[in-house]
Amino acid sequence: MKVNVKLFASFQTGRFKQETREYPEQTLIGTVIDELNIPAGEVGILLLNAVHAKPEQPLSEGDLLAIFPLVGGG
Amino acid sequence: MSVKRFLAEKAEGILLNWADQREMMARFELECCTAEELILQSGYLPTRYQRNQQMISTEQQLQLLQSKVAVVGCGGLGGYILEELARLGVGQIVAIDPDLFEESNLNRQLLSSLKLLGTAKVDAAVARIAEINPVVRVCPIAEAFDKKNGEKMLAAADLVIDAVDNIPARLDLAETCTQMNIPLVHGAIAGWFGQVVTVFPGEQTLQKLYANWSGGKGIEAGLGNPSFTPAVAASLQVAEACKLLLGQGEPLQGKMLSINLLDMQFDEIPL
Repeated sequence: MKVNVKLFASFQTGRFKQETREYPEQTLIGTVIDELNIPAGEVGILLLNAVHAKPEQPLSEGDLLAIFPLVGGG
Repeated sequence: MSVKRFLAEKAEGILLNWADQREMMARFELECCTAEELILQSGYLPTRYQRNQQMISTEQQLQLLQSKVAVVGCGGLGGYILEELARLGVGQIVAIDPDLFEESNLNRQLLSSLKLLGTAKVDAAVARIAEINPVVRVCPIAEAFDKKNGEKMLAAADLVIDAVDNIPARLDLAETCTQMNIPLVHGAIAGWFGQVVTVFPGEQTLQKLYANWSGGKGIEAGLGNPSFTPAVAASLQVAEACKLLLGQGEPLQGKMLSINLLDMQFDEIPL
């Protein structure tokens, strides 16, 4: 299935800004994060089709997944 | 001579300069803030605020003078926030930070300087604001914000600005603001990136924003912070604060402004 993955801030560095990627059916959001070598502890919000999502949620054909880093500096 | 007559005599149009404001304080034995309140209530404007007009009216300038804002964190974001609030004319500011200035602050923290290394950040805030706008009453609290003392620190604040440097303190602050029914303007930065969001009482925006947090720092641990990112995020926070205090415009409510200065990309993200 095709999933549109959008990365924000430093997650774009060495990866991409937005890409349509191929995954097996029912792939979990967390698997995509691992596959992109994004450290789980750096992940902030996840938006699946503009709705808050969790790493345990499965993806479907045509989904838009946005991954933001945790930003906490002051 | 009455205050009214004094103002009518000294003012040029509606403007009253600082020397005359000082004379008014001495002649009528008034505190700095009381004098300014009388000036604004009488429809005159201290000259320092001339360029605030007409985006801020004289009545609104009085509203700002009568407002109290708590700034939690006086480092990268907080330094710019304190400076901008004081110049804007916010009458009461609570400055909260337990730290002393150190050398690694010099690349970005507005209130830091070589001669202030080792000085408490909140003391530097008091001195700086006294130099800029003596009308502003600053209450320095040289302690870390926590849930235990939070209510006392934020007492009677109309608005709180989140400028702390760690996620657990941000979550404690959001919880305390909810309990106290105070709006919160959140800002956070890391390298080229930042985020700003305004939280109204009852909304769980920060809890959503940091729902995946399980400990430690965010990406700022690896990216650091340059001089300009705090200035950008802090200015956006003060713009939000100004709007909220005056009840104007459309705040970043229920949505986060995601800032990417590397690509000059600004996204509004629903939360």
